[in-house]
Amino acid sequence: MNRRLETRPGEWIDRDEPLKFSFEGKEYTGFSGDTITSALWASGERILGRSFKYHRPRGILSLSNHDVNILVTDMEDTNIRADVVNVKEGMRLLAVNTSGGVKKDKKRWLDRLSAFMPVGFYYKAFHSPRKLFPFWENVIRKSAGLGEVNFNYPRTIKTKYHEHCDLLIVGAGTAGLSAALHAAKCGIGITLVDENRQAGGSLTYDCAGDQESKTVLRNLLDEIKHHPNITLLTGVYAAGYYTDHYIPLVREDGITNMRAKAVVIATGAYEQPPVFRNNDLPGVMLGTAAQRLIHRYSVRPFDVGVVFTANDQGYRVALDLLEAGVEVAALVDLRKKAASPLADKLLQLNIRILKGYCIYEAIPTGDHEGVKEVVICPFDESSGKPDTGDLVTIACDGIAMCAGWAPAAALLYQAGVSMRYDNTVNQFVPNKLPKGVFAAGKVNGRFDLESRLKDGQRAASEVLSMLSETSIKVVSEPHEGNTPSHTFPFVPHPKAKNFIDFDEDIQLKDFINAAQEGFDNIELMKRFTTVGMGPSQGKHSNMNAIRILAKIRDLPVEKIGSTTARPFFHPTPIGHLAGRTFHPHRLTSLHDWHQTAQADFIAVGAWLRPAYYSIAGLSRDDAIIQEVLSVRQAVGMIDVGTLGKIEVHGPDSALFLERFYTGGFANQKIGSTRYALALDEAGVILDDGIVARLADDLFYLTASTSNSAMVYREMQRWQQKWQLDIGLVNVTGYYGAINVAGVAARKVLSKLCKASLSEQDFSFGSIIETVIAEVPARIIRVGFVSELAYEIHVASQDALTVWVALMEAGEPEKIRPFGVEAQRILRLEMGHSICGHDTDGLTNPLEAGLMFAVKPDKPFFIGQRSLQIIRKAPIRKSLVPFLLDHQDGMETPKECNLVIAQGDIAGRVTSIAFSPTLKQAIGLAYVSPELAIQGGSFLIRTDNGSLVKAIVAQTPFVTSQIGDSKK
Amino acid sequence: MPLRLLKYAFSKEHPDPAFFTQPDSLKHSYDAVIIGGGGHGLAAAYYLAKDHGITNVAVLEKGYLGGGNTGRNTTIVRSNYLTPEGVKFYDTSVRLFQELSEDLNLNLFYSTRGHFTLAHTESAMRTMRWRAEVNKHVGVESYVVGPDDILKACPQIDISCGGNAPILGALYHAPGSIARHDAVAWGYARGAYQRGVDIFQSTEVWDIKTSGGKVVGLNTSRGFIATNKVLSAVAGFTPRITDMLGIRTPIVIQPLQACVTEPMKPWLDTILVSGSLHVYVSQSSRGELVMGASLDPYELHSTRSTLDFVEGLSGHILDMFPFLSNVKVVRQWAGMADMTPDFAPIMGKTPIEGFYLDAGWGTWGFKATPVSGKTMAETIAKDQAPELIHSFRLSRFEDYELTGEKGAASVGH
Ligand SMILES: Cc1cc2nc3c(=O)[nH]c(=O)nc-3n(C[C@H](O)[C@H](O)[C@H](O)COP(=O)(O)OP(=O)(O)OC[C@H]3O[C@@H](n4cnc5c(N)ncnc54)[C@H](O)[C@@H]3O)c2cc1C
Repeated sequence: MNRRLETRPGEWIDRDEPLKFSFEGKEYTGFSGDTITSALWASGERILGRSFKYHRPRGILSLSNHDVNILVTDMEDTNIRADVVNVKEGMRLLAVNTSGGVKKDKKRWLDRLSAFMPVGFYYKAFHSPRKLFPFWENVIRKSAGLGEVNFNYPRTIKTKYHEHCDLLIVGAGTAGLSAALHAAKCGIGITLVDENRQAGGSLTYDCAGDQESKTVLRNLLDEIKHHPNITLLTGVYAAGYYTDHYIPLVREDGITNMRAKAVVIATGAYEQPPVFRNNDLPGVMLGTAAQRLIHRYSVRPFDVGVVFTANDQGYRVALDLLEAGVEVAALVDLRKKAASPLADKLLQLNIRILKGYCIYEAIPTGDHEGVKEVVICPFDESSGKPDTGDLVTIACDGIAMCAGWAPAAALLYQAGVSMRYDNTVNQFVPNKLPKGVFAAGKVNGRFDLESRLKDGQRAASEVLSMLSETSIKVVSEPHEGNTPSHTFPFVPHPKAKNFIDFDEDIQLKDFINAAQEGFDNIELMKRFTTVGMGPSQGKHSNMNAIRILAKIRDLPVEKIGSTTARPFFHPTPIGHLAGRTFHPHRLTSLHDWHQTAQADFIAVGAWLRPAYYSIAGLSRDDAIIQEVLSVRQAVGMIDVGTLGKIEVHGPDSALFLERFYTGGFANQKIGSTRYALALDEAGVILDDGIVARLADDLFYLTASTSNSAMVYREMQRWQQKWQLDIGLVNVTGYYGAINVAGVAARKVLSKLCKASLSEQDFSFGSIIETVIAEVPARIIRVGFVSELAYEIHVASQDALTVWVALMEAGEPEKIRPFGVEAQRILRLEMGHSICGHDTDGLTNPLEAGLMFAVKPDKPFFIGQRSLQIIRKAPIRKSLVPFLLDHQDGMETPKECNLVIAQGDIAGRVTSIAFSPTLKQAIGLAYVSPELAIQGGSFLIRTDNGSLVKAIVAQTPFVTSQIGDSKK
Repeated sequence: MPLRLLKYAFSKEHPDPAFFTQPDSLKHSYDAVIIGGGGHGLAAAYYLAKDHGITNVAVLEKGYLGGGNTGRNTTIVRSNYLTPEGVKFYDTSVRLFQELSEDLNLNLFYSTRGHFTLAHTESAMRTMRWRAEVNKHVGVESYVVGPDDILKACPQIDISCGGNAPILGALYHAPGSIARHDAVAWGYARGAYQRGVDIFQSTEVWDIKTSGGKVVGLNTSRGFIATNKVLSAVAGFTPRITDMLGIRTPIVIQPLQACVTEPMKPWLDTILVSGSLHVYVSQSSRGELVMGASLDPYELHSTRSTLDFVEGLSGHILDMFPFLSNVKVVRQWAGMADMTPDFAPIMGKTPIEGFYLDAGWGTWGFKATPVSGKTMAETIAKDQAPELIHSFRLSRFEDYELTGEKGAASVGH
């Protein structure tokens, strides 16, 4: 059956571009501009989907992105909203969540069993006996969910823009357009968005059989076009409102995050269905859905229709239906008294108007594919009861439903607007608006064309005065005349199937039962019945749920309140939200060199560092051993440009460091360095590093690679409080750093450096400023990985020059670069712990054996007070060096294996490695105090559960090789 | 079809009585008053009545039952913590949870799915081993697994995470589960109500009255109640209650956010957590992916959502599951997490006699609902905290005896 109308002015389809596609294996044609639903409906299809719980047949409800019973898949993408997604040539579509097709869905028997599945039934069964629950759970999981996910769907990259504007108007309907035009006169920058493909809102379809609204629209759009400062974006929805007018605008190909000075919400209202038995049959649709079909897609909603209305909107819909050639068998008006201004027009056309009547039920056709007839009867509005003594049947194949509206107020709720229930429009309207947020049009309770236009201007004038633009104050009068929304459009029926929530198949009685079970406030009711929890988020059900609850509890609607509308306005794709993702990491200026030298990189904090340099023919472990041995036997060097580097200058520099670190710096000599330990207020170790004094008022310090950002942040934070006379400069990126270590380090370095490196002139712990390979440098005598080692700090851009010069100068000594892995072994051989590796979030310096770095009687340092308290209590654990008592076939413990004593946890291994120098496994472990006895032993439990003996040792594990280099 | 459902089809009236009804007014006095009708408060009421026969009890909830963090959490239940004390405590909770549907005669959809904490770095692997070792020691089923085991349980995951953060392994925790959060609150409420406990919703506690260092009563929006025992189980509102008594705690409030996708057919059978990517995800029995991330990095007493959160989370989810690009997020929300410095709760007695605290549940308290209810009920009944919660006492902060769970809790929930 073809339901396509003759070409109509303003239609959204392009008749010159017919399209072929298939649905459920059958071929169809539509036009470019058709949505999947409109094309199928035009072709005479009725069952487009199945409901979620009972698998009832479903057709069009709203045709406005809320028809979540009609989700389809093209096998690429799932849960495609057929009511708004355009059909494309060659699409092969299936309905989701059916078994065996939408018509012959094998699960349709569930509808018959609905009596066994009242509200919340799943809470009351399946759990006992416990053993059977996994079985039932599996059944339930499989029947839940909608579409199947396509695991081959590509990672799409969507654009993300960030923009600003003076005024963002959401909704280009009557009020939005009018607001834009009014505000534009003052020349401010306006962005106007609408989720529909064309602007105009209800002006595009709510015509009441004449041309007035389309003429108004044409004029508005003409004017908009001539305003260069209005940007009109269609096919774009505002997905949510976030603090300070931050609003993501979602397009098909990405998101624009808009920050606006002011926002006008002109999002209109959702039409609400009246509730009667079988109000979900295909062919029963909202009046506005029928209007959309007619005016946008030129599709006849049905041949013979009944309009069921509880407001004046039904009269407008009836006129539109008539104009489209639909036979209107009757207009059933729930209201006995209210007179619609359009009633006369219908009567002149001989349309039967039944006032004070309801549709008692819709009767399905034999194949349950649609409506065969409706049963109507008188309705008593005060008691809310149908008079079933007087049933009349009217044949029809469709019903248009008009019972009222719910404001599309999600963005307002998110903006923190408080709403009040207005008894003239019987709807929630904004009560108090936060600064910069405005509402206009239906969402603000203005329904007539004139008052919507006016309300848009009123909102714009308020925006302008907020933005301090001069403007004439416009006032818009509140609604007058018949209320647009009925207070209780519910027709009870003993056999139920009068649906309130179409997403979740919730019927009128479910609410009554939920209340009986004690879930009688709106939030609990929502959670127990799941009303509004489906993909359309209650756009057509929340308001009715509130009305029912008010009735049940015999309270006014405003006392019931409403549930919170959280983002998103429409479900928003993960790929859109993600946009391009960034995985920032930092590289040192030597990175390319490392790469050429076959380095294998690992991430350390934000940095990529060479783990080791691979050598053809050598395993990873062997390569690392070679690196270690080259330092111990000759010389090696490592890129330590990743260290945090901070300069502190100013008269209070020493004082600042005295407070920040645990040690003493006031009397530190220029040209010397000190080990520095930082604690938090609880006395827990944060980081360690080296502080060098370059002048009275200038210190240069290092922090460990992974903690450097934190250290700098903490320094700044404390400086905010202390307000000392200092400056802090993070020079981490400015300086490169190279550590040359090993017995031959001095020999290599002296070739490039003019300064004397002799033990007297440049002893352990001093810093010199000199020139190396013609590059100015700061060199520190350090001892982390080897007793003899130099840390050379040069400007990043010079690091490569120095590195290459060192490689050349070290050639005779067989100098070798080494990576983080060798560094870890080397420092362990030296007995040094690493912050964050050998300490955790609770370690204090007593436990870590770092009290040598603490000057407890200073006037103040961070963590001092805590440390004083901790020192009074017995120590609970100590970090001790250990050697493994090696036996053949023994499993070597790993880091984080536990120390076990008397069957209980007595500590943990934090570092362990095979020392190539000692040819033995060495490590560090926390043990309880009684085990921390030099020469004593303890047991470590390995992964496989065996206990391995460890002997408490002394550090450094590797003793001096500095002797030979002293020569 | 279970037989239990037959009664619905064959009775004319809806056969189920009310879970709970509210008395018209407060009594003048109660043996104990519980502030907060979240899971914890209701569970404490239930066990007070059930285990200790104390039923002259009122639960006062300023909003609706379960409307705080109980109804906002992502329901991960697990016991793979880091300290032996923590592991024992949460393990007790897991065991109570396993029997809870039958105990409360309400299907809580307690669903054991297995829990993987993914490690993308060597240092994360170390922490996994640490946790596994402690768990094993206490008798909890956790072990370190490699990428192959992860792929076996979740073949859809991109183990290299788009090359950005390759997964090196994971801590696998077999008992890891999810449940229906609301049902837990309702089940405990019903159980308490049936045993005579009074439950008041829309009833706010304004002040707690003391005399000589002892609790004597409370002022509420429904009037004054005399009582000598008050339990505060208000999670994100804890500082407001402790301020009434001048009790100092180190608790700060930070927002924690979450979101869900539209429902899809089941495909994700396990619970996945990634510390490096700051995300975790499971699929609910409704078919939605329930996803969350780390705490918002600042203090704020608010349940507002941010775009930043969902953008960041989306990127990271796509690192693991690139094919979700066009799956849609339906809803996002936030709760207020009551954070402690050591990521362990604060439970037990306080310097004020008769005032008991159940707080510091941060991002991890849902799983502890049963055990906290049970142990707090015992604490109130005997005026002494059981050994199981000794490590969580408020005085541990003064004593510098923290129970460091940060390594097991950051995104872990
Ligand atoms: C997004 C998110 C995800 C989470 N995910 C997990 C997870 O996966 N696993 C996990 O174990 N935990 C998780 N948590 C933590 C968990 O939700 C909470 O720790 C737990 O629910 C706390 O329960 P409660 O009963 O103590 O508090 P709540 O449920 O918050 O209840 C406290 C109640 O006290 C009421 N109240 C406050 N002040 C007053 C007053 N003055 N008078 C009367 N009543 C008052 C409040 O209205 C509230 O209802 C998550 C939390 C969030 C926010």
